[in-house]
Amino acid sequence: MELFLQQVIAGLSTGGIYACMALAIVMIYQAIDQLNFAQGEMAMFSTFIAWQLLQWGLPYWVAFFLTIAISFLVGIVIERVVFKPLKSAPVLSHVVIFIALFGILNSGAGFIWDFTVKTFPNPFGTKPLFGQSVISIHDAGMIVVISILLVLLFAFFRYTRVGLAMRATAANPDSARLVGIRVGWMIALGWGMAAAIGAVAGMMIAPVVFLEPNMMLSILLYGFAGAVVGGLTSPFGAVVGGFSVGVIENLAGTFIPYVGRELKLTIALALIVAVLTVRPSGLFGRVVVTRV
Amino acid sequence: MAQSREWTNVHAALARPEVTLTIVVLTVAIVLPFAVKSFVLFQLTLAMIYGVAILGLNLLTGFNGQFSLGHSAFFALGAYTAAIMMDHFEIAYYWTLPAAGLICLVFGFLFGLPALRLEGIYLALATFSLAVATPQILKSTPLEPWTGGVQGIVIIKPDAPFGLPLSSDQWLYFLTLAVVVLMFVCAANLIDSRTGRAIIAIRDHPIAARAMGINIAFYKSVTFGVSALYTGVAGALGAIVIQFVAPDSFTFTFAIALFVGLVVGGVGSIPGALFGGLFVLFVPNIAEQVSKGLAGAVYGVILILVIYLMPSGSAGLVRLIVSKVTRDSVQQT
Repeated sequence: MELFLQQVIAGLSTGGIYACMALAIVMIYQAIDQLNFAQGEMAMFSTFIAWQLLQWGLPYWVAFFLTIAISFLVGIVIERVVFKPLKSAPVLSHVVIFIALFGILNSGAGFIWDFTVKTFPNPFGTKPLFGQSVISIHDAGMIVVISILLVLLFAFFRYTRVGLAMRATAANPDSARLVGIRVGWMIALGWGMAAAIGAVAGMMIAPVVFLEPNMMLSILLYGFAGAVVGGLTSPFGAVVGGFSVGVIENLAGTFIPYVGRELKLTIALALIVAVLTVRPSGLFGRVVVTRV
Repeated sequence: MAQSREWTNVHAALARPEVTLTIVVLTVAIVLPFAVKSFVLFQLTLAMIYGVAILGLNLLTGFNGQFSLGHSAFFALGAYTAAIMMDHFEIAYYWTLPAAGLICLVFGFLFGLPALRLEGIYLALATFSLAVATPQILKSTPLEPWTGGVQGIVIIKPDAPFGLPLSSDQWLYFLTLAVVVLMFVCAANLIDSRTGRAIIAIRDHPIAARAMGINIAFYKSVTFGVSALYTGVAGALGAIVIQFVAPDSFTFTFAIALFVGLVVGGVGSIPGALFGGLFVLFVPNIAEQVSKGLAGAVYGVILILVIYLMPSGSAGLVRLIVSKVTRDSVQQT
């Protein structure tokens, strides 16, 4: 029982990382109605920008907010430069563009900052939260930051005009256009926000996994899994999904004999597929009804 | 009379640009092995094999509308089937192709059943999980006696049979070419048939398709199976040509490469798959030659430019040019 609890808590602390990523994924999905495969690399790139700012001697929180602002602008620029000209291209072509962005950002970061592993400063400290527990202050701080982000986003989408316009754009671009919403700019805004959230996620994750161009590869995957399990239409679900993926992965590695440790990723993914076959829109997702 | 009518048919067929093009391409493909170096030949053989795998993906994604990012798994299954048959049971290499196809057909069909519940992005994630899990499963301890674990399996390159005066590279090229022609003709006929129309109808409008009495669950799972069969045969061929299989050749990056080939070649275009195969094989090499450090970035930029130039893939571009040219010639006459 002790072991079980320990593993659950350890799972929660890695789950926090996945929850960050899952949240960023769901946000951009809400804004542009597509899964962004380059999300992880965008977050990685932002984290490198933050690292560079810190190297230039800025205080942590200045660098933190400056990075968020820069990422927001870069996200908008990416949408304007790369995606706007391809508005009418098929969806599958968009996915290929995501893959292209992935390559550009990954090898670009490697070129500028090289592939050596860097440490990223930790704003909360690394001491355990209470006594001997596995969960550190940083893990707890990360969870708090995600919660604040979640509340802010919820308020933004629920109570502001721009948030409503963005939801309308994702749900039905044509009708949104007809009621006077500037659909193109709403999508650009969505990209900017996704990049900014990615930057927060990246800066929270980097102290744990260390900073290097490939740091986001597996996290992105778990983030996707968490987002899909929780339901792509629900930011809250994404956070819950992220945590549960972390816990499942940890428990599978500990308790399933023989193949557990080698195949813990496989087992986690198989469980997710199983969840999806029972609830195709995820645990907290809304079933999207379309008119024919 | 009858004979002259037949001749007019032949003339009419020759006048169609696709037919002429096919004949030209086939002639070049047959002459080529005697003109180029064996490494180039090896690359062309691989490009054709990727073409078959992409065609398999195209049947599923392009014609049936089921999104898959996991076809590297079926490629790996085909490759390992071939390698294990040749290495453990010493079965001749040509028997491995139908066996790999059959095994992948069954697995694809079985995977297609739970996939019925999933659509779009969710299906993409489920198949992507399959791609991510594949190398780990292949490396895992229980399977190690069969798969050779991380080391993989080395197999021996077959020689040309019947004392044909061909090097083994040339022979494998011709074998692959024959398989490619067979698979492409089968795919074209399948899409042209009643079954093919049902497959396309499910993509275009599932509700209307169901209203017309098409058994959606059945056709979707069967398409999954057939798609896996194509990719599995390609995998078996790939194993024979490369003479080596290892878990790390079949990571999810390979699944993504196949997907890129599909889109660049043209979603829903059968000949486009071959162009996709060439793209998947050669463009990463070109990117690496341009700049070693920035290879990924160069590849990304090339991809973006290609999508700018032809948003619907090579097939879309060809269609556009053909329609422009024919419209011009109509105006002139």
